[in-house]
Amino acid sequence: MKRPEWIPAILTIAVVVFFAAISPDFRDFRYLLSNTSLYAETGLLAIGMTLIIISGNIDLSVGSSVVLTACLVAKFSSEGTPLPVSVLFALIIGTLLGTINGLLITLAKLPSFLVTLATMALFRGAAEAIMGPASAKVPHALKGIDRPDLFGLPYPLLIFLVVLAIVGIVLHRMILGRWLFGIGTNAEAARYTGFPVNKATISAFAITGLLVGIAALILDSRLGVARNDLAKGYELEAITIVVAGGTAISGGKGTMLGTLLSWLLLYFTKTGMGVNNVKPEYQLTIVGLILVLSVFAQNVAASFSNTRQPKPTKIQTG
Amino acid sequence: MIRIAPNFILAASVLAALFVAGCNGGSSTESSSASTSTSGGGGSKLKVVFIPKDAANPYFKQVDAGLQDAAKEFGFDYQQQGPATADATSQLTIIKDQIQRHVDVIVLSANSPDALNEALDDARAKGIVVVTVDADLTGNESHRDVGILPTSPEKIGQGQVELLGKEMNYQGDFAILSATTDAPNQNAWIAIMKKTLEDPKYAKMKLVDTVYGNDEAQKSSTEMEGLLTKYPNLKGVVSPTSVGFAAAAQVLENSGMYPGGAKAVNGGIYLTGLSTPNQLKKFVQNGTITAFQLWQPKDMGYLAGYLGTAAKEKKIELKFGAEVTGPKGDKLKLDDKGVVFAGDLLTFDKSNIDKYDY
Repeated sequence: MKRPEWIPAILTIAVVVFFAAISPDFRDFRYLLSNTSLYAETGLLAIGMTLIIISGNIDLSVGSSVVLTACLVAKFSSEGTPLPVSVLFALIIGTLLGTINGLLITLAKLPSFLVTLATMALFRGAAEAIMGPASAKVPHALKGIDRPDLFGLPYPLLIFLVVLAIVGIVLHRMILGRWLFGIGTNAEAARYTGFPVNKATISAFAITGLLVGIAALILDSRLGVARNDLAKGYELEAITIVVAGGTAISGGKGTMLGTLLSWLLLYFTKTGMGVNNVKPEYQLTIVGLILVLSVFAQNVAASFSNTRQPKPTKIQTG
Repeated sequence: MIRIAPNFILAASVLAALFVAGCNGGSSTESSSASTSTSGGGGSKLKVVFIPKDAANPYFKQVDAGLQDAAKEFGFDYQQQGPATADATSQLTIIKDQIQRHVDVIVLSANSPDALNEALDDARAKGIVVVTVDADLTGNESHRDVGILPTSPEKIGQGQVELLGKEMNYQGDFAILSATTDAPNQNAWIAIMKKTLEDPKYAKMKLVDTVYGNDEAQKSSTEMEGLLTKYPNLKGVVSPTSVGFAAAAQVLENSGMYPGGAKAVNGGIYLTGLSTPNQLKKFVQNGTITAFQLWQPKDMGYLAGYLGTAAKEKKIELKFGAEVTGPKGDKLKLDDKGVVFAGDLLTFDKSNIDKYDY
């Protein structure tokens, strides 16, 4: 009962076994792997969102940040721009947008919900203003990241897994992670303990911004064009993955492993329903049901366990 | 503080186990999918899927009905699978799923003229025929086999002028209430209306103004009210956009200036345009509007079902600029961008409007 991750793990196994049993189109290794490219972007956002939610904050602007970054990169990197320049550009813009969120929250002492609700509209609006109804073609060098693969693993999946491992180490092994857990558990206590609350919060948003930049690049590369209406609902999907993975929406509790398992659960459920032509309205209902089940089961498990509160003491000793 | 290595070893092994579990039957994929496609009884039926802009839109239910008719007549397996929200990336996921389901024909009403290019190329590389209906891949026509549009701009422009002309006895002032100033189809239709007016038959009809309601009910109402006050001799208004048309009809009803209305001067003001029958049914029944027009979305679905399967069976070749045999043995011309028009305008009035539900 100590680990909340077993719930998304069991649900994921159940979903995979079920769809593999009923559908030959699902029992296709290559397809299962290649289709992950479609979900790498929200997966990356969920990684950053895990940090943010653990720190007791939320970021509603990630979808808008992705579309703004994707549009700017496509617009300003004309044909012939060297690939490293485009990549660097995307990472800088993404990080900048995340940092803006972090600065507004800490300097203006406003709740992250309000700030990112505002920047959600602001960033999407900026993308609409810059692009208009037109679309920008992505330079050739940047296209097709989902085409080649390494030993059968598509690049977006590889990027997602590598980033997950790195940020997972930051969260669970490094000082920044300890600060974030502390802030999420009790921000005031963390401040008195001497944690650099503002610095840590800005860092969490900046890291998420960097991941936004990577996600925007993958989106541009996969679609070959950028438009102002892309990445809609990405913020909700990312938050859903994080929360269903056992991270407490109130902060202070959560693991990167939970986020990975919950991403897998969502991915296999959606892919399985997709190849079986489940109607979209039922798809929404079923995804909703699985998530409610996952969160509910975790709460029940937590209420049976009295080993669920050790984190504050660990933080003080660390 | 937290043991990290076991976490990631656990994660990696779960990940690996899941994909292996997923592919357990991988070797049998081909035989089992072959058996499902032949289970329809007798010869293998072609699989056709329709991906509308979004699943709930009643307009696309008509396209769906046309495809169902075609499925019965030409004998193919047919399903609709639309996204919950009308955006390009949700259609993309569905296209990938349908490729994996080994469909033979994808009929698509595209939410984006270019974001789906790569996925559609994948589909065609697997031998899937891609047909667009209603919303084409403008500027990216090479990524689909054929584009079906409801009816030609010529037929719309001429049809609207003739309908209004007949109502106002081919004489008097009239105005156009359009959507936005940069809506390409609206502007194409208006250009053809203007050209049609050069015909001596319409010499006594004068277009006095073109106003834009931006596809918003509020703005369209204001513009319509403006027309009524600004032009005291106005005899007619054409609104080839359904939002503007419905708003204008409400204004006209309230003002009582429609033919037979309480404040009708010189026989009243005739309002016509393009809209779906459901949106204007009540105004036709209470006499505010005499008649209006629209194409039948059903025609597009039917033609898509026919062209897609006939091309897949190599009975026809969907080459841009070519002439192909139509569903009734007629001749259809694909233009140089592979566009073909499905049918004619239909005029709705009191006598027939109850027969249509879309």
